[in-house]
Amino acid sequence: MTDAALALPARRRRSSASYRLERRIKKGFLVVAVGLVLIYTLFPYYWAIVSSTKQGAALYRNTFLPAFDFTYYKALYENKIFLGSLVNSAFVASSTTALSLILGISAAYALGRIDFPQRRGVLMTILMISIFPQVVVLSGMFELINWLGLYNRPSALILTYLLATVPFTTWILTTFIREFPRELEEAAIIDGCSHFRILTKILLPLMGPSLASTGILAFILAWNEFLFALTFILTDENRTVPVAIGLMGGSSRYEYPFGQIMAASVTVTLPLIVLVLIFQRRIVAGLTAGAVKG
Amino acid sequence: MSLKLARADRRAAWMFMAPMLIAMLVVAVWPLARTFYFSFTDAYLDDPTNYSLIGFDNYLEVIGDRTWWIAVRNTLTFTVVSVAIETVLGLGIALLINQAIPGRGLVRAAILVPWAIPVVVATKMWEWMLNDQFGVLNQVLISMGLIDHGIAWTANGSLIMGVVIFIDVWMTTPFMVLLILAGLQMIPGEIMEAAEVDGIPAWKRFWSIVLPLLKPAIGVAVLFRVLDALRMFDLAYVLAASSEQVMTASIYARNRLISFQELGIGSAASTWVFLLVAFVAILIIGVLRLDRAAGEAA
Repeated sequence: MTDAALALPARRRRSSASYRLERRIKKGFLVVAVGLVLIYTLFPYYWAIVSSTKQGAALYRNTFLPAFDFTYYKALYENKIFLGSLVNSAFVASSTTALSLILGISAAYALGRIDFPQRRGVLMTILMISIFPQVVVLSGMFELINWLGLYNRPSALILTYLLATVPFTTWILTTFIREFPRELEEAAIIDGCSHFRILTKILLPLMGPSLASTGILAFILAWNEFLFALTFILTDENRTVPVAIGLMGGSSRYEYPFGQIMAASVTVTLPLIVLVLIFQRRIVAGLTAGAVKG
Repeated sequence: MSLKLARADRRAAWMFMAPMLIAMLVVAVWPLARTFYFSFTDAYLDDPTNYSLIGFDNYLEVIGDRTWWIAVRNTLTFTVVSVAIETVLGLGIALLINQAIPGRGLVRAAILVPWAIPVVVATKMWEWMLNDQFGVLNQVLISMGLIDHGIAWTANGSLIMGVVIFIDVWMTTPFMVLLILAGLQMIPGEIMEAAEVDGIPAWKRFWSIVLPLLKPAIGVAVLFRVLDALRMFDLAYVLAASSEQVMTASIYARNRLISFQELGIGSAASTWVFLLVAFVAILIIGVLRLDRAAGEAA
């Protein structure tokens, strides 16, 4: 339902001129509002791009067009430590995503398709785990990481990130699985097909889009994580990108390397933005599926 | 036969959930239990094996600390103000996108951009834009004649909390918009058409039809955002490290734990954070339930 459709009956009663004027004013107002929203949401990133291509004094003059000077980027890509942190981030985020999808889909099958008495209890527990603050597990996690000998290793982060991503993937995949009609598997159940085969042969081939949107959300969650990455990694070469950027600074307030930080920021965010724009619909579906049922 | 089948099903269900449950035991339940345990000890991080049990001393130590209360006040201020602004702004943008407007798809995509940007990056971007000497915002304000010299947004003690809230609003309003938009799209069109035909003015249609129907969607969105805001760490940490003006409860707990190496006291502080979040969660869920019950009774 749109306002254009709603306005149809009114058109007959009012003179078409006043109607047209009103519509034009309303439309003008909407266009201005849309423009403001676009500037508000997009300008900061645009400005980061502009700033990252300016050099020296130009950086401090506020010209609104990029200067296309890629010195900062070149310096960044020759910086082994920064490249290393990119690799670490990619490794940690994709491993976390893969693991949480596997754990999530298996659990989601049970929670979405098999009737057993404790189902609600398990779902509530998962929801509770996903809302409690990460700082609460910090001490216990620190001990665990040390005990496993993973301190200052990127793989420690994969383990700790499961705390946030597994409840999330389980929850969303459960809602997605429930949306499939049960008739899909009925014939298979009558033929005595095992649950494992139902999941892998019937449901999984249909779940590509659901897995994609859940996976992207989990990936973004892991890619952006800061607290654990800051706490469990000690040395620069093992850091993930958000922490690397967070700790970038100059020797004094006036030497603050904003150009360089902006170049790094643009680099880290670009893959996410591309992902988001390509999978826009799927992401929205995933986000709202998780929340509406909650 | 069917009983046997049900039992087999139940066993299968636990088998399928086992990997997830084991993972949760290892990364959630166990560390949580250890944190509770450590909170009753005088352990230090450099040698966590050497400690003695000291009862509730750590809890008392934390609530006797002035800095802790500053952190709690900051956290609550941040949560209430930012979630309130996000809700209103999110509602406005959702209503706008829900209209038949030119470039609707573009807006919908653009709104996701701030949400996808890492907190650290967003913080750095705004820090640069808000820089007192070279920041674009000050330049624009000066050229518009609103101010005559740059404002030190991030260095000024009374402004920095506002900056933190502002950046958070920028990042998380998209989430609000998406959830409210989903709620808006579930409102049946006939209701709105009937109201329109009856000649009910637009603001009244919004106030007495759209808003009540949106309540569940807004409630859930607010719940998620509040719980997320209460544990906020990265934004304030990146912008101001451990400055008291924006120190959140999570930053306080981490400081005690990692910077001061006080495993016992840090764990007690973490547990207080946990209790704070749990208390607020129960409160909000209670309000939502009451609301729903009242709606059903009416």
